[in-house]
Amino acid sequence: MSRLDPRRIGAALVAPVMAFVTAIVLSSVVLLIAGHAPTTAFRSMFDFGTQPDNMVNILNKSAGYYLSALAVAIGFRMNLFNIGVDGQYRLAAMCAAVVGAAVTLPGPLHIALIVLVAVVVGAVWAGIAGALKVYRGVSEVISTIMLNYIGTAIVAFMLTPQVFAELENNIVKTPELDSSAWFPGITTSGGEVYGFIVVSALVGLGYWFLLGRTRFGFDLRATGMSEPAAVASGVDVKRMVVASMLLSGGVAGLVGMPILLGASHSYGQDFPSGMGFTGIAIALLGRNHPIGVGFAAILWGFLDVSNQILDLEGIPKEIVTIMQGIIVLAVVVAYEVVRRWRINAEQRRVAAQLGGPQAPSSPSTSPAGVA
Amino acid sequence: MTAAQPPEASASEAAGTRPPAVRLQGITKRFPGVVANYDVDLSVEPGTVHALCGENGAGKSTLMKIIYGMQKPDEGTIEVEGKHVTFHSPSDAIAVGIGMVHQHFKLADNFTVLENVVLGSEPGGPFRLDVEAARRRITEISDRYGLDVDPDPLVQHLGVGDRQRVEILKALYRGARILILDEPTAVLVPQEVDELFAALEELKAEGLTVLFISHKLDEVLRVADRITVIRRGTTVRTVTPAEVSSRQLAELMVGSELPSPQTTESTVTDRPVLTVENLTVRDEDGRALVDDVSFTIHAGEVLGIAGVEGNGQAELVDAIMGIRKAEGRVVLDGDDVSHVSTRHRREAGVAFIPEDRIRQGLLLEAPLWENVVLGHQTSVPNSRAGLIDRRKARAGTSQVVKDYDVRTPSIDVTASALSGGNQQKLIVGREMSGNPRLLLAAHPTRGVDVGAQAAIWDHLRRARAEGLAVLLISADLDELIGLSDSLRVILRGRLVAEADPATVTPEDLGAAMTGAGARTEGAA
Repeated sequence: MSRLDPRRIGAALVAPVMAFVTAIVLSSVVLLIAGHAPTTAFRSMFDFGTQPDNMVNILNKSAGYYLSALAVAIGFRMNLFNIGVDGQYRLAAMCAAVVGAAVTLPGPLHIALIVLVAVVVGAVWAGIAGALKVYRGVSEVISTIMLNYIGTAIVAFMLTPQVFAELENNIVKTPELDSSAWFPGITTSGGEVYGFIVVSALVGLGYWFLLGRTRFGFDLRATGMSEPAAVASGVDVKRMVVASMLLSGGVAGLVGMPILLGASHSYGQDFPSGMGFTGIAIALLGRNHPIGVGFAAILWGFLDVSNQILDLEGIPKEIVTIMQGIIVLAVVVAYEVVRRWRINAEQRRVAAQLGGPQAPSSPSTSPAGVA
Repeated sequence: MTAAQPPEASASEAAGTRPPAVRLQGITKRFPGVVANYDVDLSVEPGTVHALCGENGAGKSTLMKIIYGMQKPDEGTIEVEGKHVTFHSPSDAIAVGIGMVHQHFKLADNFTVLENVVLGSEPGGPFRLDVEAARRRITEISDRYGLDVDPDPLVQHLGVGDRQRVEILKALYRGARILILDEPTAVLVPQEVDELFAALEELKAEGLTVLFISHKLDEVLRVADRITVIRRGTTVRTVTPAEVSSRQLAELMVGSELPSPQTTESTVTDRPVLTVENLTVRDEDGRALVDDVSFTIHAGEVLGIAGVEGNGQAELVDAIMGIRKAEGRVVLDGDDVSHVSTRHRREAGVAFIPEDRIRQGLLLEAPLWENVVLGHQTSVPNSRAGLIDRRKARAGTSQVVKDYDVRTPSIDVTASALSGGNQQKLIVGREMSGNPRLLLAAHPTRGVDVGAQAAIWDHLRRARAEGLAVLLISADLDELIGLSDSLRVILRGRLVAEADPATVTPEDLGAAMTGAGARTEGAA
């Protein structure tokens, strides 16, 4: 009956597997309708995605996705919807790139400063939404979405040549970071994996520890499961809202770091956007669990990278976008189905296990202690 | 109460003309872990007010849901006006003329009375609401049954009693001939109760049948022609008000022994643990829900608060816990904690058995051991230096499960897998496990079986002997009288009377609770 109970793990896997299979089946149908053989499409995607250099690409993509999903998951565990990870990480990466380019420090310190700036900016940007919720009752869904737009505008402003950016090869970008701020990569046969992926994994470990082992994590999860019960147990929900938004935003601030420190070394117009929304899908698929989210991030990276082969096969690569959409939709449905089934199954099991010993062990008619 | 009814014994034969309005035979309904109803037989004569009474958790609500088609029985048959029926949903029940007025009204505040009444069965075509036809029907029904309902005001401007009559009208509008009223008086003030009862007489006179669910004996005796007592899921007996006293009825409800939770000798000391001064809690509109309440509880003392539910008890407890904002002072062991957080109050030794265990007491989707940590997150066996000590927390949970006889196969099952009574035992055990100085107990034995009830009382008595101060809120007057060292009566947020549990009777207390009784009883 421990947490490693095979039944538990099985039940946890049922929903994502169901969702994935549904997505494959439905996108096969779409492919067939469009006149393509699904097997060809999936086989070429698989072959392409398992080539060493593409596997490196997948890992590099998933490093940022993982962080983004964790940022979203922190909110989810408390019933807070931080839709603003996208704005938070872009603003954070922008500010970090500007600060990082303005100074020169010994390697580790330089990196630490850049990361710190990113975390603080991300946290502050998300913290605004937290404060608005606590003090003004503004739904964090609305405020984080609005803050995305404001963040986008601020980034665009900062990225004009007159402000912090410069024009280079027809691309506007911030000045390049000094090489002391380049995060050393891990060399493999397929190329270089971002060294920052180790930090991503450590954040995942920290997430697991914080939520599962600390009092703060307990309070956070309790608030997510039942706010009135958490309040009655002494949790200060307002403080928890602000704290978890800061935390979520802090992690969101890291999302751009693998790319900034590992590849681009500057923030430009071509800096990837939309990773914050991808994080929502990945957190849903990975069920806010640090390991599940890890697998989901890699799956997403795989789909993103391997779809590039489809155009060469004459198959529209948008089929993968359809697939990703179906996965998200199906996983939400599947989790709810599985959740209800699990509650019922457990109630039945408990009732069955008690059915036997209950009768003899309940001398409830004896007026023990009365009078 | 009323004269015109045929006597009990020969009721069905004597009339001979009309079959029972509702007749249940051998109804059994199981839920995971509990049998909510077992072999229930019930026969409701047409044109009568038939009361169904029993303790909280006795299975009244489930039975009503079965009659109204919200639950399907596992066994047994339902007949309505002599015809065998099977309900798949409430609309099937409505179709054969059954209507229900829920305890919590299901009205849209921003709609007018008329709009609420017709909602879902609008007269006129698919694109047109025939307001005039609706108004005519509503006025006609209102006049015929003396409901005095005005179709035009917005529901949000109506008082509770008016809303209830709108609900009744809504059911009648849909052609109900059999009305189920679920705890209709729980939310009413005494005058409104009188009005409701007058309306019920009117309905009866027009030939309608009313099934009235309540656990308030005085009301049941006042209004019902027949009373069926339900205990632990099954119907015990059907009686007429003339042949029983409220004492006898109470004994039927709780079982023959009427477990007297007598506290033998007083353990009250002169050390005040909790002093509440001029405590006032207001709702958003500034109305006082708890109005200028003051009292002191000493170590080893149980102070019982008697009152009809919804008279400010929940708000009073929330305010003392620091969950709700309040004016006035709360002093715990000499320290003013009026402005201190709930967590600090808990750390100072305040334990809390909430009225609504599902909402305030449990994390349904969390395992039992996490539920036992809840409320003790910051104290030593469960956590140290900000970390949860899972091993010790689990050991503590095993102890609670053992001491409080929580029936569960493991401490890793989720709280939702337990039956209501076992959930309650877990909560009581959890709250007592931190050696509290003050316990705020709202309905501590609600929904548990008689044996567990006696065990919980024992635990409370033992803790009291060791100096625990208890604020006890209960709907069970015998529990209140038996456990308390002193009693107060709360009515519309004010403490209106004091009583000495040694001399007061449930009848006197019941009268005081409704504001009908004398000011005080016994000691003051």
